[in-house]
Amino acid sequence: MVSAAESVQGDSLHPRELAAWAVLRTVPDPEIPVLGLCDLGIVREVQPLEPTLRVVLTPTYSGCPATEVIAQSVVQALDAAGLGPTEVVHRHAPAWTTDWISVEGRRKLREYGIAPPGACASAEVAPGAAVLRLRPRNVECPRCGSFETERLSAFGSTACKALHRCLACREPFEHFKPI
Amino acid sequence: MDAATATAVQLRLTPELQYVLRLADTGLVHAQRLSEWCGHAPVLEEDIALTNMALDLLGQARALLTHAAALEGQGLDEDRLAYWREHDQFFNLTLVEQPLRKPGAHAPGGDFADTVLRNFVLASWLKAACAALQTSRDETLAGIAAKSLKEARYHQQHNADWVQRLGDGTEESARRMAAAVQRLWPYTAEMFEHDAVDEAARTSGLGPARQDLRAAWQAEVAEVFAAAGLTLPPDTPFRSTGTQGRHSEHLGYLLAEMQVLQRQHPGGRW
Repeated sequence: MVSAAESVQGDSLHPRELAAWAVLRTVPDPEIPVLGLCDLGIVREVQPLEPTLRVVLTPTYSGCPATEVIAQSVVQALDAAGLGPTEVVHRHAPAWTTDWISVEGRRKLREYGIAPPGACASAEVAPGAAVLRLRPRNVECPRCGSFETERLSAFGSTACKALHRCLACREPFEHFKPI
Repeated sequence: MDAATATAVQLRLTPELQYVLRLADTGLVHAQRLSEWCGHAPVLEEDIALTNMALDLLGQARALLTHAAALEGQGLDEDRLAYWREHDQFFNLTLVEQPLRKPGAHAPGGDFADTVLRNFVLASWLKAACAALQTSRDETLAGIAAKSLKEARYHQQHNADWVQRLGDGTEESARRMAAAVQRLWPYTAEMFEHDAVDEAARTSGLGPARQDLRAAWQAEVAEVFAAAGLTLPPDTPFRSTGTQGRHSEHLGYLLAEMQVLQRQHPGGRW
């Protein structure tokens, strides 16, 4: 085991670290494959230890069934690129937030037909935030851009999405829940 | 897993371990009960909602059980703790082991109003607990709490909507929601009991004592009850004791169903 102090830190990225990030940017999310893991913001850190390459991931939801598949695909991609042996560690704090989804990621989501999450939900965790919210704010339809939409279901096909419907173009669509 | 480890776990119990297991087991048993609704909920959207909430709670419980295993120090893991403890080594709130979908002895069960009300009061409690746990001296626990807080908040909002919709709905839905309040209320007292485990957690900076959560919980529950036209019942002398490891008769049946496969096929994997 190599201590953190022996790993390369600081502004100048280690070539192995640089190469690892390039590989990681090509690894897709297993449930929303248009989105890369880096777009999603769950790859927090790459530590080029010797001989192990350590990747720090922050899971999206506590019970997300994709968590283990994601760890496997990270290890596979980096080992295949000759940068391994790779180990994945999960870090819970700070908790993942949809605010970490990149601008590029949001564009890809919209093009894929999923309404991207609105800006920061953390304010809603603040003391005094409303508990009752029978009429949630309208979400923009990713197909026609109308705000005349309604929520059909608070929970959807994956832990991170809810189901909505556009009243203008009549198309159903998924919304990435802001958390 | 070999035959030597395919035996019931005997925990080396400390106040700190019991504190973490109270949270872990409450999530685990609640998730197990909610998953009984899978394929049976009144509408498809709620079927998805209940199983999604079960999944979040199970994920939280897994992280907490893994942490509890590390604290316990005998090389246990989440699966050993979930499948190989006897009922008196579980420390969940008695509320979460009560039958939810199917009626049990001395418990009616089966009314959807009970489900949404239980989800609401528990999510409100977990939200208050997680908010306080974010500043725990235990960094792992603080990290799990920060994550769980966001999920608890979403669960609370969703179920608060249902409590209002049913409580302030038709005459029939209001009657059944009020009946659910009567059935469930006595079990909420355990959420705010105080004992040596709570005292040690508060003093050492591990986390809040249960009684510290009462004010925030009561304020939010009262707000939703008012909107739903429901009355907060008076306190009763009844005290359930699941957090002490003394459970109602329902936990044994739940554990039998949850643990049977691992006990028949130790270490079996999908």
